[in-house]
Amino acid sequence: MNAVPRELSYSQAIQEAMALAMEADERVILMGEDIGVYGGAFQVTGDLIERFGPDRVMDTPISELGGAGVAVGAAVTGLRPIFEFQFSDFAALAMEQIVNQAAKMRYMLGGAVSVPVVMRFPAGSGTGAAAQHSQSLEAWLGHVPGLKVIQPATPHDAKGMLLAAIEDPDPVMIFEHKLLYKMKGAVPEGRYTVPIGKAEVRRQGRDLTIVATSIMVHKSLEAAQMLAAEGIDVEVIDLRTVRPMDRETVIASVCKTSRLMCVYEAVKTLGIGAEVSAMVAESEAFDFLDAPIVRLGGAETPIPYNPDLEKATVPQVGDIVAAARALVTGAR
Amino acid sequence: MADHARALKAEPDSSNLPFIYREYGREQLMDALRRMHLIRQFEEGAEESYMRGLIHGTMHLSIGQEASAMGICMPLTVEDQITSTHRGHGHCIAKGAEVARMFAEFFGKTTGYCAGRGGSMHIADVTTGNLGANGIVGGGLPIAVGAALTAKRLKTGKVVVCFFGDGANNEGAFHESLNMASVWSLPVIFVCENNGYGMSTSTARSTAVANIADRAPAYGMPGVIVDGNVLSDVAEATHNAVQRARRGEGPTLIETKTYRYRGHSKSDRNRYRTKDEIEDWMTNRDPIARYEAQLQEFGIASPEQIEAVREAVRQEIAAGIEFAKDSPMPEISGLADNVYTEGA
Repeated sequence: MNAVPRELSYSQAIQEAMALAMEADERVILMGEDIGVYGGAFQVTGDLIERFGPDRVMDTPISELGGAGVAVGAAVTGLRPIFEFQFSDFAALAMEQIVNQAAKMRYMLGGAVSVPVVMRFPAGSGTGAAAQHSQSLEAWLGHVPGLKVIQPATPHDAKGMLLAAIEDPDPVMIFEHKLLYKMKGAVPEGRYTVPIGKAEVRRQGRDLTIVATSIMVHKSLEAAQMLAAEGIDVEVIDLRTVRPMDRETVIASVCKTSRLMCVYEAVKTLGIGAEVSAMVAESEAFDFLDAPIVRLGGAETPIPYNPDLEKATVPQVGDIVAAARALVTGAR
Repeated sequence: MADHARALKAEPDSSNLPFIYREYGREQLMDALRRMHLIRQFEEGAEESYMRGLIHGTMHLSIGQEASAMGICMPLTVEDQITSTHRGHGHCIAKGAEVARMFAEFFGKTTGYCAGRGGSMHIADVTTGNLGANGIVGGGLPIAVGAALTAKRLKTGKVVVCFFGDGANNEGAFHESLNMASVWSLPVIFVCENNGYGMSTSTARSTAVANIADRAPAYGMPGVIVDGNVLSDVAEATHNAVQRARRGEGPTLIETKTYRYRGHSKSDRNRYRTKDEIEDWMTNRDPIARYEAQLQEFGIASPEQIEAVREAVRQEIAAGIEFAKDSPMPEISGLADNVYTEGA
């Protein structure tokens, strides 16, 4: 009774989901670089090799293209591979297999096969890893029909959405912000799923809708709390899924608040903010808008090394507060 | 096929015969001939249909490479799997697909193997183990390795054959795939059909080694070179590689030296090779003519019996084209079918 909910870190939640899936289904295997005895670059697979052995926790050579393709071929023929990229940036090495093969195979073959592969991408800046290890590339893959692209923001969702992804017959790409790995939160024991394609309202509000992704959900919630002290009541939506995007939740919220701001870490231009903005502008919510839509995204630069510059590249809580205040008070 | 009759094997004077005449019975040998003709006439039928505007897009014909496709597939069971290439019609037929449904696919019809969504470059027949042709050079290599990983992990006993062309041997996917298959000792056979040219660029101009199979030692596997226009040689090399794979000893790289009579695709003006060269292959090294000569030499088939095979194939091709013509076009409303799994 009234027991304190169990807390796990985001990375522990992912590991628990993988372990549950592997216990339940022999076909589930893990593949990736240094995910075995090393435990993964971010210790997400941890000690799973001790429980499931090297045949099911497979270290691959440093061959992102080939490795991703092996996962695709294994998925098509009956396994349920979960392929870990060491950094999401390395997706660039494997785009052929992700975009031309995994995403299209079912369609090209008229439905004769399915491709139940899961790929995990540690993403985002804030670790001092500079331009080739810090990007947020979810919009790249979100542009490709045939893929599902998700960005869980909490340990609860990291576990539930990964279990949903493993169960899904289509390829699911999971972008995990590296700064979230150590974040703790309530995670139920045992198996549960969080549906792909459903956004979540994290905070109810009347004055402004913020649609945020991944780590920006937390920054937006922090900003919302500060804004509440000023009498500005912000609704924060955790988008959770980039493709297929949850139209209903976003549009209903904007109809209620009459204002929209998109907050995301990826480069601002041609990104998720543009898609969310256009989706709202094309919808019945357009008639409810009291102010222009605002996008708060990453700078139009590679991610720099210097920590001050790195911080300046992506939206911070203060930026969100200032932009939201200006939007609501009309002081732009 | 390999499990069936071996009629000639027991004959005392058969020991010096080429491999397939020792390994397979007459029925299988004649079926191989039938399929080689089926491949050639399918290609000719597809080409003619293209010229008549019944097929749009482009296509890559494998006329001249029939012994390679057939010899590779002969030692495989229907459960064994293949990944194929943009020049993949022959692989599909050799593995057991029906030409009628292939024509229907090329005509963009719902009765096609891919419901009209794939066309020539993505022709597949999963029911006979063909996981699909691929429009990306080298695209099928990692997928074949993945299929072999499934076979090993689930202990299905299947062997996977990965077809690719000489052009693919300079893709990174080739090197990554051969390395992984070898490191994990997977039941996969890499088959490089070397027709001398990656589009217009000859292997001499594109590839730092004389033979693609020379690359095999770098990945710790046997590399075997065969005359890709001699059915028995191709089948023998494949048979050995299949045995090795089924024993759990890992992959093999087979290079079949062959030649395509037609251009790379429909846009090819053949400026990179001479008429004499093409003529020489067609006249002196044709895989079907050589096989037919052997069948007669070894007393397996008479000229009349061979002609009967050709005629039966002609009828099958004509019927296939009619089936394709008569089949319905897809509904536009079904455009987004199978982008995702229904209800998922």
